[in-house]
Amino acid sequence: MSISNTWGRRLTAFGEWIDARFPMTKMIKEHATEYYAAKNFNFWYGFGVLAMVVLVIQILTGIFLTMSYKPAAADAFASVEYIMRDVDWGWLIRYTHSTGASAFFIVVYLHMFRALMYGSYKKPRELLWLIGMFIYAALMAEAFFGYLLPWGNMSYWGAQVIVSLFGALPGVGEGLAEWIRGDYYISDITLNRFFAFHVIAVPLALVMLVVVHILALHETGSNNPDGIEIKEHKGSDGIPLDGIAFHPYHTSKDLVIIIIFLIVFAMVVFFAPDMGGYFLEHANFEAADRLKTPEHIAPVWYFTPFYAILRAVPSKLGGVLLMGLAVGLLFFLPWLDRCRVKSIRYRGWFFKFALGVFTVSFIALGYLGLQPATGVYTNLARLFTLLYFAFFLLMPLYTSWEKTKPVPERVTK
Amino acid sequence: MTDDLNKSRRKFLSVATAVTGGIGAAFAAVPFVASFRPSARAQALGVPVEVDIGKLEEGGLLKVEWRGQPVWILRRTPAMLDTLPAIATELADPDSEQVEQQPEYARNAHRSINPEVLVVIGSCTHLGCAPTERFDVGPADLGADWPGGFYCPCHGSKFDLSGRVYKSVPAPLNLKVPPYRYISDSRILIGSDTGAA
Repeated sequence: MSISNTWGRRLTAFGEWIDARFPMTKMIKEHATEYYAAKNFNFWYGFGVLAMVVLVIQILTGIFLTMSYKPAAADAFASVEYIMRDVDWGWLIRYTHSTGASAFFIVVYLHMFRALMYGSYKKPRELLWLIGMFIYAALMAEAFFGYLLPWGNMSYWGAQVIVSLFGALPGVGEGLAEWIRGDYYISDITLNRFFAFHVIAVPLALVMLVVVHILALHETGSNNPDGIEIKEHKGSDGIPLDGIAFHPYHTSKDLVIIIIFLIVFAMVVFFAPDMGGYFLEHANFEAADRLKTPEHIAPVWYFTPFYAILRAVPSKLGGVLLMGLAVGLLFFLPWLDRCRVKSIRYRGWFFKFALGVFTVSFIALGYLGLQPATGVYTNLARLFTLLYFAFFLLMPLYTSWEKTKPVPERVTK
Repeated sequence: MTDDLNKSRRKFLSVATAVTGGIGAAFAAVPFVASFRPSARAQALGVPVEVDIGKLEEGGLLKVEWRGQPVWILRRTPAMLDTLPAIATELADPDSEQVEQQPEYARNAHRSINPEVLVVIGSCTHLGCAPTERFDVGPADLGADWPGGFYCPCHGSKFDLSGRVYKSVPAPLNLKVPPYRYISDSRILIGSDTGAA
């Protein structure tokens, strides 16, 4: 008897020992080797896995940052400088984390855009979309709390602006803002609790939501660029004819996508970690000064579309409510869209045009949110805010009127 | 046994258990929610501050800190005070009708106890930025009819020399007047308007 046979048998026996006590093989089959996804995936289907890769990067680098960072107003800014200058490789860990924050939003926005294009939010995936939206909301909270931690001047005034938004609510506002800060202003106390939110409360929720998101995905099965249900055509073995196993087929394709992503990611980390002020804002290289506002307060790029909507409204409460609505309406997408055809490939020009206008508006608002709120910029922000909301509010109309093309029975190439 | 199962009784007991547990959970949440309020130390650090304004000259602006907020003390010149009634039509709330923005004793034409001395919190009522003092009359960027006042660089809100907000700017309210009182002619206490310091 050869040695490899002996070891092979021992390994099998060990696997059986585990399977009798924990559903290991069953789970691997259910979620990888016997999870069938459509064979016609294009590169748009890589951003989900990339979001997971970035989540892992953020958790890993985040853990190491907490080991040198001090969440106190007196020490925070200096401890970040200490990480950058004195901790071996500290600069790499921090730049990876700060680049990861922007990368997270890039891949999540593209992931969401993919869902818009191919109708991945439609029946039977409404709940999958909702869970995804909760992930997006948690991600925004995570980014907001994390942004205060370096205790730079933009950190400080960014938090000041966002917390004061709660103050706009009639009656309870001021008390609520005080409750969130734990003080009469953004202080050491606020920094300490934002740290707790950023390193444990929100990440924990985020990881749990990601697990739920994947479980829901594997229940309905992935959508595909043709927007048809591959489960409707199964072979005699019960396997969808247009499906291929997630592992090894989709995983090996994902590996290529991950490598390309990591190349680009590393280029940013090494050569342009501040991305000309878009990933790390210049005003944040100065320590927080509560008596001196930066000349021009702008959030990091991933929040600017909503910030532009906030500023477009002349009334404070109105701006806050409209900004909340801009995010909130996304939750209702599965019920606003009345068209039965999922993929943009077979939808009418009404939807294609609307999605185009929406995309342009979102990018334009993102640009305007970075500019000062004066004259022509404000008027443009108002125009694009109107278009942004028209996409959602008129959706029940134009999606019931649109003329669709025939949808094929089986996936195309 | 299943034959004599009393379903309504079982349902009542389930609901009663859930409600009791829910009430317990709500009470258990109280300490956690309450721990978020400003702590005793934060409240202690938020006590009133005493300021000597004896050396503040006419047209001079003194910035002091109270509860982490910048408080401005401006000794207005007669020329500055003359601008106040003239621009009333351009203001959103010229008569200080929003009662929460100032104590009763500052609800007057000059928004202060002593007409000369303005005391306001220098935090924009829009999003909390710090407005800058622009006492220059008719500068290029603010227009020839600018009589002097405060201008917020964040989102362009404008306030007059008593902290009253202009119409059609993002800030909805006049600058807030903190509670304060005179201890003597040249000393004021910011943060309290009653009793001893």
